[in-house]
Amino acid sequence: MIEVAGLSKDYGTRRALDGLNFNIHKGEIVGFLGPNGAGKTTTMRILAGYLPPTSGIATIDGKDLIKDSLAIRRITGYLPETVPLYNDMSIRGYLSYMGKLRHLKKVDDLVDEALTRVDLSDRADGYIGNLSKGMRQRVGFAQAILHDPEVLLLDEPTIGLDPSQIHEIRNLIKEYGKQKTILFSTHILSEVQQLCDRVLIINKGRILVEDSPEQLQMRLSGGRNVVIRVNGNIAPLMNAFKKVKGVTGVTPVGDNAAQVIVQPDFEARPEIARIVLKEGLDLIELRGADLSLEQIFIQLTAEDKSSASTTSTRLE
Amino acid sequence: MRNIWTISKREIEHYLASPVAYLAAFALMLIIGLIFFTNIQVAFLYTSAPSPEFIIAPIAFLLIFLVPAITMGSIADEYKTGTLETIMTAPIRDWELIIGKWLGGVFFFSALLLFTWVFPLILNQFIDPGIDQGILVSGYLGVFLLMAAFVSIGIFTSSLLNNSIASYFLTFAILLLLWMISAPSQAAMTAGNEILKYLDFSEHFYPTFLSGVIDLKDVVFYLSATGVMLFLGTASLEARRWK
Ligand SMILES: Nc1ncnc2c1ncn2[C@@H]1O[C@H](COP(=O)(O)OP(=O)(O)OP(=O)(O)O)[C@@H](O)[C@H]1O
Ligand SMILES: [Mg+2]
Repeated sequence: MIEVAGLSKDYGTRRALDGLNFNIHKGEIVGFLGPNGAGKTTTMRILAGYLPPTSGIATIDGKDLIKDSLAIRRITGYLPETVPLYNDMSIRGYLSYMGKLRHLKKVDDLVDEALTRVDLSDRADGYIGNLSKGMRQRVGFAQAILHDPEVLLLDEPTIGLDPSQIHEIRNLIKEYGKQKTILFSTHILSEVQQLCDRVLIINKGRILVEDSPEQLQMRLSGGRNVVIRVNGNIAPLMNAFKKVKGVTGVTPVGDNAAQVIVQPDFEARPEIARIVLKEGLDLIELRGADLSLEQIFIQLTAEDKSSASTTSTRLE
Repeated sequence: MRNIWTISKREIEHYLASPVAYLAAFALMLIIGLIFFTNIQVAFLYTSAPSPEFIIAPIAFLLIFLVPAITMGSIADEYKTGTLETIMTAPIRDWELIIGKWLGGVFFFSALLLFTWVFPLILNQFIDPGIDQGILVSGYLGVFLLMAAFVSIGIFTSSLLNNSIASYFLTFAILLLLWMISAPSQAAMTAGNEILKYLDFSEHFYPTFLSGVIDLKDVVFYLSATGVMLFLGTASLEARRWK
């Protein structure tokens, strides 16, 4: 549905996107993840038809982003990061204005439908200027889905919301994504886990990783993380742990706990338990844990940073 | 066409939601009203019949101050609040947005001009056998064309700049310049006089429209100035995308 090939964008001399490549299939919900300044908003703006790319090709539903800009904008819904709205308009007035610009038939019905979906029917005639941040976000969302677009681009749709509203917006995304294609950016990794079929991790204008959230976690965790806790000093055992088959790393956590990284396909826990007992200590906890997406994310972008800095030092 | 209409309607609603529109209307009516009554008194004193020019000429001049106040935010404020992003990602063409904004301003000032009709109407009651209808019609046609061109200049600067106050001053400066560009050269009788005289907006207004003459050349002049400005406005809006 969305095809992006070699997309680059320069703001003056600053390169914001550097040869971006990805495809999003029809009906997918894809999370767009990356640190501040990675280029998420820039990508969204290009796909929404606000900015043209400096180079590269992008198509939505087979239509070229520049040549068929109007056709693409007709089938695309977009929630910008800043959620811009007209404060002097009522919610209903704003939505029907946007609906009229899209030449929708039965605008009033569609506005009512969208308002029901975002649960704002009772505020419909209130002024946008008086709304809370979360309500504005929902108005923006209603605007984006008003015309039942095939493609929905949401730039940080849950930022600045309270937990219950985050939950509501996520449900909206999930529900809408059952039939339509959605690309949304976020900084919240658990959101990606909950909602997405696939994750794109972007850093410095390039795609770092592209995978399903589960696969990503498995592929990158480098195996499992085993947590050991004993009722005594764990320090003397560290060397023994290191010799266990499959163990790649041991880190003490305080005086009586340690974290052991084990390669995939190895089961080190029975051997670890035996070591602890042989030493005459009691085993209080022994559990395996996946690396969290947070850990992976920090690890990934840190790796990217160090590799980038080594290349740049080589260049100099 | 439909988009232009939708945008211009919204633009008028936007004006009417802000005090600037009412202040502009109030200022115009107040100043023209003062000028009107002063002239009536003078006319009584000298028992001469006042003509409608003394209402129409100040209106034209006041537009130099009022038009930029109304147009200054048309694009610049949408950029500042970010709503330009929503509008420019809706399926409308850039020129539809510019023309819609322009038309909104033209509608607004047309309504203001209509209000000022009360003064000639009152005047008509005072004097026998009534005022010079020819000057009234041609004068107002001239003011209307002038206003349409002024508004297009205001929309252009607003699309060029990110700040509405900056747009006000730039529009004001351009309008003032265009209003009196040939004055210095006429005084000094220097070369280039003819070109400057042709570019001077007032030269297409005082000698003809305000004297009861409708010259097609002047109509064409104002319309083409408007067209050029709307074209430039569209171009600068498009250029924003490439920044
Ligand atoms: N209008 C602009 N003019 C100049 N540079 C810009 C502009 N917009 C973005 N940039 C730069 O482009 C890069 C990418 O910005 P972008 O807004 O796309 O990042 P992002 O991934 O959305 O970040 P965040 O998570 O903070 O929203 C940044 O270095 C930013 O400074
Ligand atoms: Mg962003």
